[in-house]
Amino acid sequence: MQAMMEKRAKELLADGTVNRVLGWSAGEFPYDITPAVFETAKELEDAFVYNDFCAANLSKYLVKESRKEGKILVFLKPCDTYSFNQLLAEHRILRENIYVIGVPCYGKADVEKLKAMGIEGITGIVMQNGTYTVETVYGDQTVKAADAMAERCLSCKSKKHVVYDELLGDEGEVDADCNRFDMVEKLEAMTPDERFAFWRGELSRCIRCNACRNVCPACTCEQCVFDNPNSGVSQKAAVTSFEENLFHIIRAFHVAGRCTDCGECSRVCPQHIPLHLLNRKFIKDINEFYGDYQAGADPEAKPPLGTYDKADREAGEGGRH
Amino acid sequence: MQRIGVFVCHCGTNIAGTVDVVAVAKALGQEPGVVFSTEYQYMCSESGQQLMRAAIREHKLTGVVVCSCSPRMHEATFRKAAALEGVNPYMVEIANIREHVSWIHKDMAEATEKAVILGRAAIAKVHLNAPLQAGESPVTKRALVIGGGIAGIQTALDIAEAGFEVDIVEKSPTIGGKMAQLDKTFPTLDCAACILTPKMVDAAQNEKINIFAYSELESVKGYIGNFKAQIRRKARFVDETKCTGCGICTEKCPQKKVPNEFNMGLDNRRAIYIPFAQAVPKVATIDANYCTMMKTGKCGICSKVCGTGAIDYTQKDTVIEREYGAIVVATGFNPIDAKVYNEYGYMDSPDVVTSLELERLMNAAGPTNGTLLRPSDKTHPHTIVFVQCVGSRCDETDERGKPYCSKICCMYTAKHAMLIREKYPDTDVYVFYIDVRTPGKNFDEFYRRAVEQYGVHYIKGQVGKVVEQNGKLHVQASDLLANEQLHIDADLVVLATAIEPDKTARSLGTMLTASMDTNDFFTEAHPKLRPVESPTAGIFLSGVCQGPKDIPETVSQASACAAKVIGVLAKDKLTCNPCVAHSDELLCNGCSSCEKVCPYGAISYSDKEFRGPNRTTLIRRVASVNPAVCQGCGACTVACPSGAMDLKGFSNKQIMAEVDAICK
Ligand SMILES: Cc1cc2nc3c(=O)[nH]c(=O)nc-3n(C[C@H](O)[C@H](O)[C@H](O)COP(=O)(O)OP(=O)(O)OC[C@H]3O[C@@H](n4cnc5c(N)ncnc54)[C@H](O)[C@@H]3O)c2cc1C
Ligand code: SF4
Ligand code: SF4
Ligand code: SF4
Ligand code: SF4
Repeated sequence: MQAMMEKRAKELLADGTVNRVLGWSAGEFPYDITPAVFETAKELEDAFVYNDFCAANLSKYLVKESRKEGKILVFLKPCDTYSFNQLLAEHRILRENIYVIGVPCYGKADVEKLKAMGIEGITGIVMQNGTYTVETVYGDQTVKAADAMAERCLSCKSKKHVVYDELLGDEGEVDADCNRFDMVEKLEAMTPDERFAFWRGELSRCIRCNACRNVCPACTCEQCVFDNPNSGVSQKAAVTSFEENLFHIIRAFHVAGRCTDCGECSRVCPQHIPLHLLNRKFIKDINEFYGDYQAGADPEAKPPLGTYDKADREAGEGGRH
Repeated sequence: MQRIGVFVCHCGTNIAGTVDVVAVAKALGQEPGVVFSTEYQYMCSESGQQLMRAAIREHKLTGVVVCSCSPRMHEATFRKAAALEGVNPYMVEIANIREHVSWIHKDMAEATEKAVILGRAAIAKVHLNAPLQAGESPVTKRALVIGGGIAGIQTALDIAEAGFEVDIVEKSPTIGGKMAQLDKTFPTLDCAACILTPKMVDAAQNEKINIFAYSELESVKGYIGNFKAQIRRKARFVDETKCTGCGICTEKCPQKKVPNEFNMGLDNRRAIYIPFAQAVPKVATIDANYCTMMKTGKCGICSKVCGTGAIDYTQKDTVIEREYGAIVVATGFNPIDAKVYNEYGYMDSPDVVTSLELERLMNAAGPTNGTLLRPSDKTHPHTIVFVQCVGSRCDETDERGKPYCSKICCMYTAKHAMLIREKYPDTDVYVFYIDVRTPGKNFDEFYRRAVEQYGVHYIKGQVGKVVEQNGKLHVQASDLLANEQLHIDADLVVLATAIEPDKTARSLGTMLTASMDTNDFFTEAHPKLRPVESPTAGIFLSGVCQGPKDIPETVSQASACAAKVIGVLAKDKLTCNPCVAHSDELLCNGCSSCEKVCPYGAISYSDKEFRGPNRTTLIRRVASVNPAVCQGCGACTVACPSGAMDLKGFSNKQIMAEVDAICK
C-alpha cells in the first residue's frame, strides 16, 4: 500500500494536480509516526510511510493547509473521512483546495501493547489476514491482530470512506454491530456515586497538557476558550482542584453532536484517560433522543443539537400531541 | 467602579410579608460598589420613582438595582425613571424578589436570604453593564391579516378606517369564515348572513383593503415594522379580473358529485363552484381534483358557456411579495372530527350530526332550504337529543378530546333547541349536559328562555351510547340528578363537538415565531394586560385563533387588535431593542453553528481578510448579525463554541458574574 500511495502522490505532484502532500513520516522511533507535509518526490522517497502505526487523523491539519496557495493531497483512513466531512460542514476547510485519496485501514496497532508483550527494537509493522507482522531489529515477529490492536480500532464503527476523490483499495463498510457503546452502558448502570468515583479516578490524573484538545478535529477554534483569558472560562477551569473535570466537561459539551468518534483524544492522552467515553455517552444519547445520527457521515445532514427546525417543540410544550 | 444604588420594594405586603426588606437593603448596602441602599413601600409609584431619582442625583449613581417584581412588569418604568436623571436605561437591573421569592416561599429567614442572593447577582451584573443605545427602524404602513373570518374582516375594516392599507389573506375561495355557515346567532337570533355579508361587502369595497382569497402565506421574514411576506395565490383556473360571478358555469358543469364543504358535505356541488351566493370575492373556482377537463382533458363546458372568457385551465399558482409593518393572525377554528366518537354512532348513522351540520340543515340557503329534515330519509325529526361537551373538558389522559371548555356550545345548543321548538312545536328536545355555562350579557336569560318558555328538556347527565335501531337512534343516557338510566328513541342526535384551532395554525406559528399553547391556540403577550398581542413584536391576535370565543367577543377582540396595529402603523419609526447579538470576528470560526440555530435568520457570513503570521493575510469566513432582525433570544451565543458570539446586555461574562454571585 505504501508503495502505491507514494506512486500516486508523485504522479499528482508531477502533473500539477497538487503542490503538497499531507501524509505520515516516522518520528524519533519508527513506531512514533507523525503527520507531515511533503513538497517534492524526493521528500516522499526519504520520509513517507504508511503502515499500521499510522494512527494520526490528518483531517485537522487541513484547516491550516487548505487555506494555503494551491491544492494539497491528503490520505484519509475511513474514520478520518468522517472528521473531514464534519470540518467541511463547519466551513473549516476549503474543499476546492484538497484532493482526497481514501486508503484502507484494518485497525492500527497499539505499540504499548506490543511492548507489553516484550517485543523490542520495532522498525515496522504490516497487517495481513488478522495478523500483524512486526518487523524488529531482531527479525520479524507475528502477533494476533486482536491482541495488539488499539482499543478504538477494536470497536471501529466504520471502515467506509464517506468522502474521497479517489480510492486505493476498497470503499469499506459501516459496521452497524460494533460494540462501541458497551462501556458506556456499564457506566450508565453504575450508581451516581460509583460513576462519580470512576470519573474522578480517571480525570484527576489529567495534567492539562491539552493534547486531547490539540489533536481533536472538532476543536479547531480560532482561539479556544481555554486559551482566551477574556472568555471567563479558562479561569473558571483553573480555580479549584476540580479544574480538570471542568475542562473536560466543557470540552465534551463543545464537541457534543460534532464529535465523529475518531478516538484521537484517548489515543494521544499520555495519562491514558478514556476520554472517548464522555463523547460516546453524548453520541449514544443523541441517537436515543433524536434518532441515529453519525457526525460526519453526511456533510449536508442537520446536526440534531445545532439546528432550529420548524417542527421543533417549544419549551414547556406538553405531550398532548 | 460603578456607583450603585439599591432599592428594595415592599410591594405592600406582597414582598414585605415574606421577606425582611430592611435586612435585604442593609445586606446589599455592604456589597462592593453599592453607595446607597434603601427600601420603600411601592417603588413603582410616583413617589417611589421620585425617591430613586433623588438618590441618583444625590449619590451620583451610575447603576441601579431594584429588588422588586418581575422585570416584565416594571423594568420599563424604572429604566425610564433612571433615564430622566441621565443614567443609561440599560444600567438598571431588576432582582425579581416577588415572583421568584416572596410568592413562592413561606419561611421568612430563607426567603430573605434568597432575596439577598438575587440582589447580589443583579449587583454583580450591573458592575459589568455598559450603556446601550437603542437604534431606530422605519415602519411599513401596511398590515397583513391572515384569515378572513369575522375576526379578520373586523380587524381589517378598523385598520382601514384609520387610513392604513390592509391585505387579507384567506385560504378558502371566499372570506366569511364559520360565521357565514351559521343560521341565526345567539343571543339576539339575528340571521348570521344578514349581519355578516354587509361587512364582507364593506371589506371588498374599501379601497384600503386588498383581499387575497384562495391564497396562503408562504414565508415571512423580518421584524416589527419591516416584515416581508410571500403569498401564494393558488390557481383558481378562473381569471379573477374577468369573472363576474354570474354562476352560469356552475350550473352547466356536468360534474355534480363533489361533496359541498360549505354545507358540511350534506349535499353536493359542481367541480366549478362559488361557495355561496354572497361569497366575496364572487368568483368561481375550479376544483382540480374533480374537474373532468383537468383530469382527462375532455369537457371544457365551463369555458364554452363563460361569457367573459374567464376560464383558464392552464393557470398556475403565483407567489407575490408584499411588505408589512404588522401582522394579524385571525385563523379561527374548526370543530374537531366527530369520527373518533364512535359511541355516539357518528360514522354509523347519517342522523347523528354535529352542531355545525345542524346549522346548515336549518339554514334557508342550506341543503334542505331551511326545513329541518333527517339526512337519512328526509323526514321531519320528532325527537331530538343534543349531546354537550363532545370532546371538550376532557381529562388529560383522554387522547381524543380537549382539556378546555369550547365556550360557545352551551349557548348555540340553547339557540338550536329554542329555534326548533319555536318552528316545530311538536318536537321533543333533550339536552344532555355536564353544566350549562352561560356567562355573558343576556346569555343566562337566553338559556332560561329555552327551558322555561320553550320547554326544552335539560338533563344533567351523560350519554353513554347511541345505536341505530329500526330507523331510530336508541340513546342510552344517565340522569345524574334523578339518578336513573334513561333510554330515548330519537330521530336525530346532535353532537356539540369541541372546537380546535385551524390545522394550519401550528406551522403558521412557527413561521411567525409566535408562540402557542399545548392546544395550538396562539398565546398572548400577557393573559390579562396584553391580550391581543403575541409575545413576538409586531404579531397580533384576533378571534378564535387565540382561544374559544363567540361572535360578540370575537368582534371586540378584533377591534382591540386593530387598535394595537394602528398604534404601530401610526409611528414613523420604531425603537429597536439594543440587546442584540454580535460576533467577535477575531474569535469566529465561521462554523455556521450560530446561523443554524437562529430562529430569525439574523446571521449571515462574509469572507474577510485578517492579518496572518509573518505579514501574510488570511481570508476567513466570519459571522455577522443583522441587529434589526436579531430578537436577542441568545440561542446563538450558546451554540458558539469559541465564545465569539455574545449578547449585548446579557454577555456571557455578565451571566457568569451573576452565577458566581449566587454561588458565592
Ligand atoms: C355550530 C356553531 C354555532 C355557532 N353559533 C354562534 C352564535 O349563534 N353566536 C355567536 O356569537 N357565535 C356562534 N358561534 C361562534 C362563531 O362561529 C365564532 O365566534 C366566529 O366564527 C369566530 O370567527 P373567527 O374569524 O375567529 O374564525 P373563523 O370563522 O374560523 O374564520 C377563520 C378564517 O381564517 C381562514 N384561515 C384559517 N387558516 C388560515 C391560513 N393559514 N391562511 C389563510 N386563511 C386561513 C379560514 O378559512 C376562515 O375563513 C358558533 C360556532 C359554531 C361552531
Ligand atoms: S474546547 Fe471548545 S473552544 Fe476549545 S477548541 Fe474545542 S470546541 Fe473550541
Ligand atoms: S491529553 Fe490527557 S492529560 Fe492531556 S489534557 Fe487531555 S486528558 Fe488531560
Ligand atoms: S440572539 Fe442570536 S440566535 Fe437569537 S435572534 Fe439574535 S442572532 Fe439570532
Ligand atoms: S458559532 Fe461562533 S464561531 Fe461559529 S460562526 Fe457563529 S460566531 Fe462564528
